[in-house]
Amino acid sequence: MASLVIRDLSKRFGSVEVLKNVNLEANAGEFIALVGPSGCGKSTLLAMLAGLESVTSGRIEIGGRIVNDVAPKDRDIAMVFQSYALYPTMTVRENITFGMESRRVPKAEQNEAVARVASLLQIGELLGRRPAQLSGGQRQRVAMGRALVRDPALFLFDEPLSNLDAKLRVEMRTEIKKLHQRVKKTTIYVTHDQVEAMTLASRVAVLHKGVLQQFDRPRVVYDRPANRFVAGFMGSPSMNFIPGELVEEGGKPCIALPGNGSPAAVLPLATSVTNSARKIVLGVRPEHMVRDTGGGTKPGYGRMDATVEVVEPTGAETMVVMRVGAQEITARFEADSVPAVGEKVRVNVDMNKACLFDPDSEKLLG
Amino acid sequence: MAVSDTIAFDPLASGGAARRTRAMFVVYGLLALFAAYYLLPLGVIVLNSFRDLDEISRGGLIGFPRSFSMQYWQTAWSTFCVQAMCKGIAPFFFNSLWMTIPATIISTAIGAINGYALSAWRFRGSEPLFAFMTLGVFLPGQMVLLPWAFTLGALGLTNTIAGLILIHCVQGLAFTTLFCRNYYVNIPDALIKAARIDGAGFWRIFRKIVLPLSPPILIVTVIWQFTGIWNDFLFGIVFSSGDHQPVTAALIALTAGQTSVRRYNVEAAAVLIGALPPLLIYLFGGRYFMRGLTQGAVK
Repeated sequence: MASLVIRDLSKRFGSVEVLKNVNLEANAGEFIALVGPSGCGKSTLLAMLAGLESVTSGRIEIGGRIVNDVAPKDRDIAMVFQSYALYPTMTVRENITFGMESRRVPKAEQNEAVARVASLLQIGELLGRRPAQLSGGQRQRVAMGRALVRDPALFLFDEPLSNLDAKLRVEMRTEIKKLHQRVKKTTIYVTHDQVEAMTLASRVAVLHKGVLQQFDRPRVVYDRPANRFVAGFMGSPSMNFIPGELVEEGGKPCIALPGNGSPAAVLPLATSVTNSARKIVLGVRPEHMVRDTGGGTKPGYGRMDATVEVVEPTGAETMVVMRVGAQEITARFEADSVPAVGEKVRVNVDMNKACLFDPDSEKLLG
Repeated sequence: MAVSDTIAFDPLASGGAARRTRAMFVVYGLLALFAAYYLLPLGVIVLNSFRDLDEISRGGLIGFPRSFSMQYWQTAWSTFCVQAMCKGIAPFFFNSLWMTIPATIISTAIGAINGYALSAWRFRGSEPLFAFMTLGVFLPGQMVLLPWAFTLGALGLTNTIAGLILIHCVQGLAFTTLFCRNYYVNIPDALIKAARIDGAGFWRIFRKIVLPLSPPILIVTVIWQFTGIWNDFLFGIVFSSGDHQPVTAALIALTAGQTSVRRYNVEAAAVLIGALPPLLIYLFGGRYFMRGLTQGAVK
């Protein structure tokens, strides 16, 4: 059963349309990540789910009930804020019980709930402290505790990890995933970090300029991005987009990459695509290129010659920026097959994993 | 909540030891000079309040007391004749107190609620409304004398303490609203949102979240209002007479229309009594006053 349904949801601030006909649904226990660059409307969408922003048109259903005009407190939701929004003058315990106090939950029940959440998040020894006396990670836990204690129908997370330093962020990410696997509550998680979205979510919704670009499982969003925006946003370093032309070589469909006079490279396509124009954009992820060390080109791979311009070691692997014709391409190489700057290398491209985009509509082809 | 994370700039810490000593002498010397200059009139008044009248008339207003007596304070407080009454300035002092305390509390309370509503519960037109309210800060009191005369007349509050309380509450709202609103805009929006999701309403959020964060600004507002209302002369002299006057208006009556010899020592004591409450408020709250004015406070 769907615990959240969003139908044709739009939001307008004056003449600015921040959300355009968004359609989403979350099944019970699902973890949905709303991801997109800043200003894409993801936080507005979350605020609308929480009831903190009004709905211009469309409808929101939580647990089968239309909540468009229901007050935040009556929506059966809990929210974790980017800034944690812990009440600064209250102790951790008071922060956690504030919502129950507001709802006049009996004291005994409150204590029970606090104990449950405290052991779940291991914040038992922090209950008497104030937010100012907590570290960033501890505040994060308390903020989650405040949400968890309500046992709501829907959890809303608004970029909860973006105020933490890099190391802690990765730790907390794992914690959130563990937590979700344990409590199995439907969760809507807003983030601008595509890694968070990929690692946490059961399904990812990519938003751009108020329009839902794609809503699917992380693997699908990554491997078969619906359009150039999604392809470029998911994954780091970003997918390479190489404009080319559809040609035929030996009776097989190929893409020719522009060069000086003659094509810089001609790569075989895995599937034939029919595009009205002959122009096309090839999308290749950095990890789908390998250096040809003399073993020949495997079937399904294309071959191109490139000049190395920049080498960026990251430890486990090395990013190599190369030039093919007029095009700059970033590849991710194993640390032991790294070429030198200026070296001419032969690169094999896994064409089965490449994506083809229409240069005008920017949509995925084939 | 740290008051300040930054180390204050210490101008004396630059340069060598000799330069530092010299700079210290100059700085403190100048400060002492200015302090003496400002405090001199107060010193003269304090000294005169203990001096014998003969001594003052023979030796002039400036001089150290050769005789010392507390009796002029006593006289000023309880027996000196002001207009037709010979009860000293005590009744007027209490008039001021009964006027200032309620007016301060009410105007501060309403200002806090206004500021909270205008910052945490923005609505269409709340910003223009706020700008409009703060316009009152710039209106001189003389401008509103006539409207208030009509209003008090219509309400039947002419020449009453209640009438003055009403005036000071309304006149003070522009300031208290401005102070509180500008303090409360620093309270993160997310706190209010979180509380709304937690099921708290307008008043519960105010009581449980906003008020506990408010002491610095409430102290500032109370000091500001108390001093302003206590020291007000214009509304007191215009809208009250006889035994309903606040102490500021009565002090003028003390010296006006006297045919006999001026009793400088009693007058000095009366003035000091009249100036005492704001002074005490300042002494106890001044620390918070500076802090509240300079601090963003909420993190």
